Amino acid sequence: MPPRLLTPYGIRQENPTAMFRFLVRRTLGAAVIMLIISALVFVLFYAAPRDPARIACGKVCTPETLALVRKNLGIADPLPVQYWEWLKGLFVGREYTSFGHCPAPCLGYSFQNREPVLSTILDRFPTTISLAIGSSVVFLIFGIGTGMLAAVKQGKTLDKVASSASLIASSMQIYVVGIFATYLLVDQLHLLDRANYTPFTEDPAKWAAGLLVPWLVLSLIFTANYTRMTRSQMVETLSEDYVRTARAKGLSRRTVFFRFAWRGAMGPIVTIFGLDLGTLLGGAIITESTFSLQGLGLLSVKAVSTNDLPMLLGVVLVAAAAIVVFNIIVDSVYALIDPRVRLA
Amino acid sequence: MSTPFLSVRDLRVHFSTEDGVVKAVDGLSFDLEKGKTLGIVGESGSGKSVTNMAILGLHDRRNTALDGEILLDGKELITATERELEELRGNTMSMIFQDALASLSPYHTIGAQIGETYRKHTGASKKEARERAVEMLRRVGIPQPDIRVDDYPHQFSGGMRQRAMIAMALVCDPELLIADEPTTALDVTVQAQIMDLLKDLQQEFGTAIIFITHDLGVIADIADDVLVMYGGRCVERGTKKEVLRTPQHPYTLGLLSSMPSLDGPVDVPLSPIPGSPPSLLNPPSGCRFHPRCAFAEKVAGGLCSTERPTLEIVDGRGSACHLTPEQKREIFDGFTAARTH
Repeated sequence: MPPRLLTPYGIRQENPTAMFRFLVRRTLGAAVIMLIISALVFVLFYAAPRDPARIACGKVCTPETLALVRKNLGIADPLPVQYWEWLKGLFVGREYTSFGHCPAPCLGYSFQNREPVLSTILDRFPTTISLAIGSSVVFLIFGIGTGMLAAVKQGKTLDKVASSASLIASSMQIYVVGIFATYLLVDQLHLLDRANYTPFTEDPAKWAAGLLVPWLVLSLIFTANYTRMTRSQMVETLSEDYVRTARAKGLSRRTVFFRFAWRGAMGPIVTIFGLDLGTLLGGAIITESTFSLQGLGLLSVKAVSTNDLPMLLGVVLVAAAAIVVFNIIVDSVYALIDPRVRLA
Repeated sequence: MSTPFLSVRDLRVHFSTEDGVVKAVDGLSFDLEKGKTLGIVGESGSGKSVTNMAILGLHDRRNTALDGEILLDGKELITATERELEELRGNTMSMIFQDALASLSPYHTIGAQIGETYRKHTGASKKEARERAVEMLRRVGIPQPDIRVDDYPHQFSGGMRQRAMIAMALVCDPELLIADEPTTALDVTVQAQIMDLLKDLQQEFGTAIIFITHDLGVIADIADDVLVMYGGRCVERGTKKEVLRTPQHPYTLGLLSSMPSLDGPVDVPLSPIPGSPPSLLNPPSGCRFHPRCAFAEKVAGGLCSTERPTLEIVDGRGSACHLTPEQKREIFDGFTAARTH
């Protein structure tokens, strides 16, 4: 029997070695997943009928120039060699004849603007993070709050209103609501600022003001999902036997609701939130284009439309990493919420 | 005659559903003294559990109508406010449920769950509540209670969970304990241990116990008095010995015939009761048992299907059946003879 940890009353601590082993295993798994994803992007990119060298070469293009462009873009070699070079660049850096040294982790140079992919991504990432985190705060507060309220007032008018409203909200489209919201709140009523991005470090107030409309619009759709999920989870948990036991112990409806039912409803919400946040960190394409915010979403769209493989790879990798990392976080949090879940 | 500790008078519990009104309990009366155990027997859907949820006031208030009287130590529970009931629950009256794993919160330690009841009703500190929880776990026979107190329900075995459940129910020394099939999910050895534990604790605290079960063997072990329920009504009442040895109602007889007897001859075949429990939405007319009763046609004038038999209790003994005393003697004496050599 392993030595017992001293636990504070009512709170369980995960065995540190188990936790460590869990993290190591999941990180290794994540690395494998990223490897597969990047390889897939490579293959898919070359499966596309367009030749990036032919596009970069211009209108008057001799076979000699084309070969040179190929070499310059680093796509003259066979696919596995290219992939290997790219992979190696990640860890040890890479030498380019036309650009010089690219230090590790090197994601290569963009075909399009001839800039290091990494610096472009780092430049765009804060916008995407701001969008993701800000809207998460909004939709978590409103979604879970409304869902709880609907669960308390189950079957009553408030519940029906909240449920119908969330159904309508979830069928909205960002590009419609976004334009409408900008027109109404910004152009007509002058209540909010036009969407723009100011770095948080520069001016937090301007940062928030400029992102408020995108946050509200993006969270509208998520709020609806979280409302419905919270409501159904709460209603389900409230019918559990242990909730009845809690009532039989003399605990009030309120205590039962917030101490017992809430706990049971949290698990699935945490799971979905982890996935949603991971996805949002990969770039909210439609929201970013609706509000012309220069985040990863727009960057990836542009990379696809301009056949910019290094850029596309970089964005996909960041997006995949975000999802994978949040998956691991979700699993760890899950183990904290539910003692029956073992990190084994 | 002094007023009994718990007195239920003409209790009616009706649920309104989309299909109509379900008369889950339809005019039930019984008394229970301190230190005594009342066994309530009946099939699923006979109203056993509903009765007890109504006593605790844990019925769903949105669709349930209660009528009648429930007096606990002279206090009327049906008209009591939610606040007043919360004070009583877990404190003066508490309940043990059938499925201890489902009935204990998976998210809180055993100690926290036991201590929570104690803190709610005594205002004790977390530390005191924890000590109390350890003490209760020790009392119900959990080994190493000071360590196991921090375990979660899923780390306990089935029998230990039920013990923890009992510890939780008894933490405030309740005067009334309702045990809703507490041993049904346990294997027989553990079942026996739990029964012994309940009996010991009852002797120690003088708790009144309502023991709900469909297992007559369990009733024979623990009950002083027995109440047999069918279709939301009491069909027979009496002491354990009276009901189990000399039943006066065809349903009780059916129950007894459908279980093997250890001390009786082994070659008596078991005879299950034909048919299935009555719909409470649209219950049979007259005696609710008559469609399944083997003796219904013996009653003159088809009384069984037209008139509800009254339950007349004399000295705590009675049954609701239209059979004449002579007919009863003929039917039931034969049964008693067959069972006891």
